[in-house]
Amino acid sequence: MEALVASAVGVMTAAGIFLILRRRTFPVILGLSLLTYAVNVFLFATGRLALDAPAVLNKYKDVPYTDPLPQALVLTAIVISFGMTAVIVMIALSAYLSSKDDHIDMSAHDSVDAPGEDA
Amino acid sequence: MNHWIVAPIVLPAILAPFIIMVLRYHLDLQRIFSVAGVVALLGIALTITAQAAGGDIQVYELGNWPAPFGIVLVLDRLSAMMVLLTALLALPIVLYAIASGWDDRGKHFHALFHFQLMGVCGAFLTGDAFNLFVFFEVLLIASYGLMTHGGGAVRLKAGVQYVAYNLLGSTLFLFALGTLYAVTGTLNMADLAVRVAELPADDTALLRVGAVLLLLVFCIKAAVLPLHFWLPASYASAPLPVAALFAIMTKVGAYSIIRMYTLGFGPQVEATQGLVGDWLQPAALVTLAIGAIGILGAQHIARMVAFCAITSMGTLLIAISLFTETATAAALYYVYHSTLATALMFLVADLVMERRGGAIAPTAPMPQSGLISSLFFVGAIALAGMPPLSGFIGKLLVLDAARDAPDANAIWAVILIGSFVTIVGLARAGSLIFWKSHDAQHNTETGPKNEEEAQPAPAPEPNPGLVFTAVFAMAMGLVLLTLFAGPALEYTNKTAEQLFTPENYIAAVLGGDT
Repeated sequence: MEALVASAVGVMTAAGIFLILRRRTFPVILGLSLLTYAVNVFLFATGRLALDAPAVLNKYKDVPYTDPLPQALVLTAIVISFGMTAVIVMIALSAYLSSKDDHIDMSAHDSVDAPGEDA
Repeated sequence: MNHWIVAPIVLPAILAPFIIMVLRYHLDLQRIFSVAGVVALLGIALTITAQAAGGDIQVYELGNWPAPFGIVLVLDRLSAMMVLLTALLALPIVLYAIASGWDDRGKHFHALFHFQLMGVCGAFLTGDAFNLFVFFEVLLIASYGLMTHGGGAVRLKAGVQYVAYNLLGSTLFLFALGTLYAVTGTLNMADLAVRVAELPADDTALLRVGAVLLLLVFCIKAAVLPLHFWLPASYASAPLPVAALFAIMTKVGAYSIIRMYTLGFGPQVEATQGLVGDWLQPAALVTLAIGAIGILGAQHIARMVAFCAITSMGTLLIAISLFTETATAAALYYVYHSTLATALMFLVADLVMERRGGAIAPTAPMPQSGLISSLFFVGAIALAGMPPLSGFIGKLLVLDAARDAPDANAIWAVILIGSFVTIVGLARAGSLIFWKSHDAQHNTETGPKNEEEAQPAPAPEPNPGLVFTAVFAMAMGLVLLTLFAGPALEYTNKTAEQLFTPENYIAAVLGGDT
């Protein structure tokens, strides 16, 4: 169980880092989403792994329970990363449509341009 | 409980959706509400600063859950002064954005502006590490919208980079928080500090990993070398009034370093020993050096000001990394100075760019050249740290605090040479933009534009009076900061004193009912 979760986090992080180093926006966004998946699984594991255990304390008898806080953290993280991915897809799309180019880097020409002029 | 503490977050949180949903098609009403909101925020900030100035640390328990189980907001001197700085910065910027018509070049400027203020104030007030992450995200989401405000191919491309880089930073932040939670079992900053100090020596490896990751995240935010490279392109391509507001965002990173590392991860804890001193200090020195070289080499005024922001972060982080009470007091004074000075320079750069484009090269003279050049002069003096403005006092304090440090020679050399290079760079830009342009008027080589504009064109802004009022208000802030340096320093000294006795903070948060 531990090995499975650990290698899932590791493989997703490795793939994510490989992808965010690419030159076009699409793989970079894919890499970012893979990284967010990795961190979500990682956050789950921070409360220690427990199988078949409820996330609430039992007041009548001493049964195993799992830490509910990481679940709340993961929920927040999922919502935020999902929204952020949507935002970057939209910005990348409009950048692509307005410059007909989906390279993530700025060419020398771009940076010399006065950015305020084209508003 | 004192409900004023939550007001700087609640006010923009209500105002921003109100502007989107009710005032969507009424730009005039949006402007009125937006300015009123910022003025109200300023009032609230003054109130809470007055309350915090007494030295009490006040805790606001959200949902009335006691710490460490619920999320708390903590008002101490540091958070109060940072909220006040945010409000002081926001007022001239919102006036400038309105008067220059920037808010009309895209949609939802005012709503995003207030969401940004909410995130910044929240980050300064929260006493919970995960809540800090959430407020970081709030301010980042708003900043994505503001950065691409107005559109345009270059701005959108820079926006993609900016968003991608910050998403990466957020992921790293989550990894850091996850690691810290796995080791300590808490995310409340005060509780974290207690648990970190109590941790058995065998368990500290993972804690150190978490602390390093956290430092990396804050360094990304604070644009410390080698994690600074998102800043020049993003700030130079953003609408410049927005870039002026972003001057506070790098300070959120610096604030978080001060907060987390004075509270829990200081040199007194073995696991995190040397992180701020040995690691951050060289990075800060290189940041200052590279920033100064960037100012000298910039071909575009917006990029030059972005590098000014990097130099000022370098000086600030040198002061923070000294990690003594006097150095922190100096750093806090420098935070105020550098935020206002950088914002002033961004606004001046916008005035220049609206009139003649941003290239640092002689072109035809622009309207109101004399007025703008004097503002540029004020901003340049402040940023370079020349007397008589507050930059001089700030740098003097940092140098003085560094006198007893082990690397005092290196710090003095880098700060002084960096200031010199900054002066040269700013003087070069100023003379090319303002003086050579007048010479160029008599020169036939400069192109056909001269003959068309025998008379200087009128100001491009719809309301030039208010534009200059806003910029002068920002400059006035610097003047006041210089005039009242005594009281300001007294406050920052007491703030540093409070920061270096974290027991009081911990007792206030975990002590129970307030």
